[in-house]
Amino acid sequence: MDGMSLLTITVLAVFVGFEVVSKVSSTLHTPLMSGANAIHGIILVGAIIVAGQAADPWVLVVALLAVVLATANLVGGFVVTDRMLEMFHGRQRPPSSPGPGVPDGHGVVEPGKKERRQ
Amino acid sequence: MTLLNPTWTALLYLAAAACFILALKGLNSPRTARRGNLIGAFGALLAVVTVFVSVKLDNIPWILGAIAVGSGVAAPVARRVQMTQMPQLVALFNGVGGGAAALVALLELSHTGDPWARLAIVFTLLVGAVSFAGSGVTFAKLQGLMTTRPVTFPGLPALMAVVLLAAVGAGVVVILNGSLLLALVLLLLGLAAGILLVLPVGGADVPIVISLLNAFTGLAVAASGLVLGNVLLLVAGTLVGASGTILTRAMAAAMGRSVAGIMFGAFKGGSTAGSTAVSERPVRSSSAEDVAVLLGYAQRVIIVPGYGLAVAQGQHTAAELALALEARGIEVDFAIHPVAGRMPGHMNVLLAEANVPYESLKEMSDINSEFKTTDVALVVGANDVVNPAAKTTSGSPIYGMPILEVADARQVVFLKRSMRPGFAGIENELLYEPQTTLLFGDAKDSLTKVLGAVKAL
Repeated sequence: MDGMSLLTITVLAVFVGFEVVSKVSSTLHTPLMSGANAIHGIILVGAIIVAGQAADPWVLVVALLAVVLATANLVGGFVVTDRMLEMFHGRQRPPSSPGPGVPDGHGVVEPGKKERRQ
Repeated sequence: MTLLNPTWTALLYLAAAACFILALKGLNSPRTARRGNLIGAFGALLAVVTVFVSVKLDNIPWILGAIAVGSGVAAPVARRVQMTQMPQLVALFNGVGGGAAALVALLELSHTGDPWARLAIVFTLLVGAVSFAGSGVTFAKLQGLMTTRPVTFPGLPALMAVVLLAAVGAGVVVILNGSLLLALVLLLLGLAAGILLVLPVGGADVPIVISLLNAFTGLAVAASGLVLGNVLLLVAGTLVGASGTILTRAMAAAMGRSVAGIMFGAFKGGSTAGSTAVSERPVRSSSAEDVAVLLGYAQRVIIVPGYGLAVAQGQHTAAELALALEARGIEVDFAIHPVAGRMPGHMNVLLAEANVPYESLKEMSDINSEFKTTDVALVVGANDVVNPAAKTTSGSPIYGMPILEVADARQVVFLKRSMRPGFAGIENELLYEPQTTLLFGDAKDSLTKVLGAVKAL
């Protein structure tokens, strides 16, 4: 891909990045940080490519180290974020309440009104 | 395997990138956050499968083994970690990501002769190494392996300048001739810079540094995307870099500090290091039974949990106390300061873990006006976030930080370990006010005693 396209993609991604988190409530700062942290674990893709092209044993060793580290970032990041968010359920009252909690295991899709508290 | 042609590969990477954007978007609201995170994880899985079927790879058994090792180590740790220790785990995961990016860049150096690609490699090496080492230091600080107080020494700014200049020099040479040896030197200089950057940061500010280093790792990953010509890495890294920057600023704003002030405050001597002197002024201290009477016959109680509650693992007892009071018909809310706990939003996580519904967790801006109509504000293990000095004393290190206005409540009860000041090391005048009662002791023990006394009323 040529340099101009890459630059275009980068600039647009910067704006998307600014935009998606600009209104986040402080309630979710920690999970958001952790979630973003998991996303950059995608360097795993780069580590796999480098390891898959390694011919020299030393290069392979270093590349595999990168794969291990990147996997830890990616998997650990998503798991710990999920654990945190698992706890953010609403009050577990009888279903008469207008904002029922998300039951465990299923029903993660909650089509109710979005809760936004600033 | 090369089952996929480049068009399909690009499409799948695009889908993964879209998943990441949806993940960050979903994390904006408590209702969609968990689903958002799962979408992100799905995107990551999609991307990893795509790379296996689109690029001709050797050493596949080794790679799969390495992935198994990485998951095998990280997943159980992430599952078992105590929620109070979660900030340092995030720091650790962030650091290893930065380290991985730096190693990838190092290995790509021999594959490219293009100066622009080498520039991206130099950037990734340096920033990835800074993130790795800096995260290591934040981990050590949060885990209690080293002091949480700012560490400075006289030559620190000069040493930092030397390291950065040397890094720029080494970087220029690497760009010009692609020297692997100097790339390794650059890596070491990056590690040194990361350590020097984080050492002078005080304990309360460490979470902001984690967020900043998170953004750094994002940028390193974006740059390695340029090196490898991989658009997904470019987009994902840039997203994290941009959102991490905004998040860092939002967190700093919640503490009434500037990011530059946090990073370089200790350099200038204006750090958060305060005194730990214990005051001798008289205060009104009380018994758990008296506190229980105050709470039990109130109509409206606001609980203000702080770092001390988290350390004492008292969040479950606090939740029980809230239930016991609600059973008596008392209206109870938790007022959460944005930086309560060890990291912004951390207290929300801890209380959510203790099954306090997030509807009861009120943010500062929502609840501050309600303290006027509150009978008892119960401050558990918090100090600086309710210190009126932030509003009244312009010379104070926390001046300008938004605080919870507990002084407006009719009665204020502090559960405190001792008269020792908080992180910022500043006296809290509120402790000496006539409407204030203190109950000394470990937050969890005190809460347990108060809970027992409330039940006995």
